[in-house]
This record gives sequence, C-alpha cells and structure tokens, in this order.
Amino acid sequence: MAKSFSIRHQPGFTTIAAVCFVALYMPIIVLVVYAFNEAPSTSEWGGFSLKWFQSASQNAQVIDATLRSFQIAAIAATLATIAATMAALATTRTPPYPGLTFKYAMINQPLMVPEIVTGVALLIFFSRIKIFTGYSGLGYLIAAHTAFCIPFAYLPIRARLENMDLSLERAAADLYATPWQAFRRVTLPLLWPGILAGLMLAFVISLDDVVITEFVKSGGQDTLPTYMLGQIRRGITPEINAISTAFLLLSVVIVTLFFFVSRKRD
Amino acid sequence: MATAEEIARAADRRDIRNRWYLSAPALLTIFFAAVGPLAIVLVYSFLTPGSYGDVKWQFSPEAWVSVLFERDIFDDTLSLAGAHISIFWRSVKLAIITTLITLALGFPTAYFMATRSEKTRDLWLFLITIPFWTNLLIRTFAVLQIIRNEGIVNTVLMKLGIVSAPIQILYTDVAILIGMAYVYLPLMVLPVYASMEKLDFRLVEAGYDLYASRWQVLRRIIFPLVKPGVIAGSILVFIPAIGAYVTPSVLGGGKNMMLSNLIELQFGQGRNWPLGSALSITVMLIVMVALLVYVRNAGSQEVRHG
Repeated sequence: MAKSFSIRHQPGFTTIAAVCFVALYMPIIVLVVYAFNEAPSTSEWGGFSLKWFQSASQNAQVIDATLRSFQIAAIAATLATIAATMAALATTRTPPYPGLTFKYAMINQPLMVPEIVTGVALLIFFSRIKIFTGYSGLGYLIAAHTAFCIPFAYLPIRARLENMDLSLERAAADLYATPWQAFRRVTLPLLWPGILAGLMLAFVISLDDVVITEFVKSGGQDTLPTYMLGQIRRGITPEINAISTAFLLLSVVIVTLFFFVSRKRD
Repeated sequence: MATAEEIARAADRRDIRNRWYLSAPALLTIFFAAVGPLAIVLVYSFLTPGSYGDVKWQFSPEAWVSVLFERDIFDDTLSLAGAHISIFWRSVKLAIITTLITLALGFPTAYFMATRSEKTRDLWLFLITIPFWTNLLIRTFAVLQIIRNEGIVNTVLMKLGIVSAPIQILYTDVAILIGMAYVYLPLMVLPVYASMEKLDFRLVEAGYDLYASRWQVLRRIIFPLVKPGVIAGSILVFIPAIGAYVTPSVLGGGKNMMLSNLIELQFGQGRNWPLGSALSITVMLIVMVALLVYVRNAGSQEVRHG
C-alpha cells in the first residue's frame, strides 16, 4: 500500500483551514505594516517611519478619546465584575430554587439582544432621564457598559465556582469561621483566577464597544472606537492604522494574560 | 419548639433570600440599563413623531404601518415601501449568506483543529481567539484596506494582469459579505470546535470498518454528532449579522444600508423615533424567531441522545 489510511483525514479540510488562518491574519498584518509607512497613503510603500504614531499621540482628540475609553472601561469592568461575582455566588453550588432560571435568563439577556436594539432603547431611556435630571455626564455610558459587561464577567467566574465544591467552606465553618471569614479566607482566594479572568474579559468588551456607545454618548463624549468610526467614515489616513496597531497590541496582551489566567486550573 | 425539619426549612429560606440579595446588583443593573428600556421602545413605536426628534405623546399605529408600507401623500392609499422591503431583504439575505459562508469555512477549520495533537490544539485555539477578541471595528477597517480599489487585492490582480482596472468591491453588498464573514468567522469556529473536540473517533473508525466512504462518514457520523455546535455557531453568527451596524456602515457606504443603518437614520436625519423603534422591535422579533428555532433544535437533539 502506498499510503496508510488515516481515519481522521477529510479531503480538502486542511487546505480550507489553512486558507482561513491566512485570511484571518493577513488583513491585520497589512494594517499593522502600513501603520509604519512613511507615505501618506496605503497603496504605496514609502519606507519605514514612526511618524503616524507620533502624530496620533499628539492629536488632542485621540488622547481625549483614549483617556475616556480607559476611564469608562476601568469603572464599568470593575462594577460589572463585582456584580457578576456576587451573582455567580448566588447562582451556583445550590439545588435549583424558584427564580434560578429567571436569574440565568436575565444575566445572559444582553447577549441575546442585538446591540443596535439595546443602543436604541438606551438612547430613548437616557434622553428621558436627561430631561428629568439635567445630568449629561459619563454616568450613562458607564451604566450601559456595566450592564453589557456583566454576562461576560459572569461566565469565567461561574465556570470557576462550578469546579469548586463546598467542602473547604464547610471545613472552615467547622473550625468556627464566620461566613464572612470563610468567604474572605477560603472562597475568595480560590475564586480569584476566575474573577481576574472575568475582569479582563469585561475590560476588553467595554473597550471594544462601538454600537451602544455610539447611540448613548452625548456630544463630546467620543470613546476611541467611536472616534475611529467617525474618522474612517470621513476618509482614511495612516494615523488610524497607527491607533489600530496600538489598540491591537493592547488587546493581544490582555487576551494572552486571560488565556494564562483561565487555563491555570490547579 | 421547632422541629429539626422546620429549622432546616427556615435555613433554606434564608439561604434563598440571601441569594436574591447577592444577585440584586447584577439583576438591577441589567434591568435598568439593558432589559427595561426595551419596553420603552415598544411604547415609543406606538407614538407620533415629534417635529425635532423624540415623540409627541399621542397614540398612532403609523410607525408600524410604515415599517412595510408607504402612504400616498395625495390620496392616502397604502403601497408597499420598496426601500424598506429591499433593506429588510438585504439584511436577511446577507445574514443568511454570511452564516453559510462561515459554516462552509468554519466547519473544516474546526475539524482541522480538533484532529491536531492535544498539545498543538491549544495553539490553534489561541490563534482563533485572538481575532475573536480584537476590536470588530479594527478588523472591519483591516478588510476595508484590503479590498478597496488601491488595496492589496486589486493591486495584486492588476500586477498579475488578470484585470486591467481595479474591481469595485468596496461599497457593494459583496464588501459587506466579505466583512461580515471575516469578523464573524471565529464565532462559528469556536462552538463547532467545542463539539468536535468531544467527537469519539472510534465511531468514525467503526464507520470505515463498515465500508463507509469519507463522505458518508462525514455526513452520517461526524455531522450529526457535532450538529449542536453547528446550530450554536449559526445562531451566534446570524444574530449579530442581522443587526450588524459597524460592517455595513464602514464597507457598504451610504447606499447599501442594512436594518441597523435604517434604524440609525430614523434617530438622526429621519427624525422619526417611532419608526426607528418599530424597526428595532422588528429586528428583535427576527432574532427571537431564530432563537426559538435554536431552542427547539437543541431540545430535540438532547432527547435523541438521551
């Protein structure tokens, strides 16, 4: 026999997979390469240059939008992670009780509704509140981001909790630990990798959001993605490539960290 | 004196109450900043548009009528609104084709990943996860740079002498399709891979022992076993695709609108909030139908396995 028969082989599948992986990365690589292009267009190569990074980092609008993005993401991800941790503690390691299914449905709801619909709903709701209270600060964006970050933060925390049984907490209770002490000294340290993974996920999700932010923001409240969307609609300059490259780098770092944190399963 | 049973029941009740307190912040946040406002959208869809945006508090079914129909200004007769219907049709069509493309590409990719050795599998998974977590706008922008007239695709085609002038891909439906297939591919690969990873290859071997061809094994053994993953992936791609906003607004230009662009228009220049609300509810309904199909399929799948 010329070739041994492999039961795992399917004709053409490896080729398609190779095409997919190349297709997934090629546009991103081209985008990054042209961020370092001296020429002001993305059709010719004018030599290596860092000038677009320089001009982006001195652009007041970019700095402003970046700071706002980080501020919203930091606050929203933290709030979402705290809420999600509490919700995960309340919905795991228990026999089913009335309302448990409702809680699952509610927490996962932001994943089920298209972003555009949530965006429209919040636009209407918040515009009412704005008329009532006169407040038009960042609070609306933070509230919206917290809400859609909760299901993402909830996923890894819940997964981690489901792998922990109650025996250690029971042992702590046997040794006269108060419920708070048991939580603080036993549950929390064990749960920490899940919480960290949830926090990072929520942070990335908040940082990436375009649609809901676009609808909820008031004038002058651009985040980095909405600023970029506006620029791309107006016509493209390599400055956007430079900003994208920096953004990509940050995402890759966070995802890599997330991978390591969530894989450390004892 | 309370019996042991009563004490236990009281403890249970206290536990459940505490669990409600614990989940309250998450539930309330989601209620006020995600679910609750959807009810307001429904109310708004039955009101009269205000002259400068927002609404007048006056009941009117007009918004729902104009989702599909146009009222003649002179004789008040209704006719189908061609523009809306074509946008509806385009959104549904593009979402379905996107789902099919990602399935055709994602299924073999997931299979390839699942048949690697245990060690390298994590690496492939990581390679799929990176694009999944990178900003959707940046990935769409990357596609824009590739397919525009001065982009790499046209440059290569012209250098090779295949075409003499650049092909106009950008600002067409094809551009939206390429963009959506590109950004949503990981959403298909990940759940299919999750099912595929659990695939028991002894069943495949048994199939070959019984003289099945490669195609028969694929169609009669592998595909039925990973069907839950395929359905989950299709739903995960279809839902964001039907409501896609970023991809059509960046790659479709102003003319090739999808539903979300039409909705945005009503809250911007259109100044017709009730119509925008009615259209949003319609998108919700389409998604709910898709989810129902999913739940029914997933349900019957479990029954068959059990």
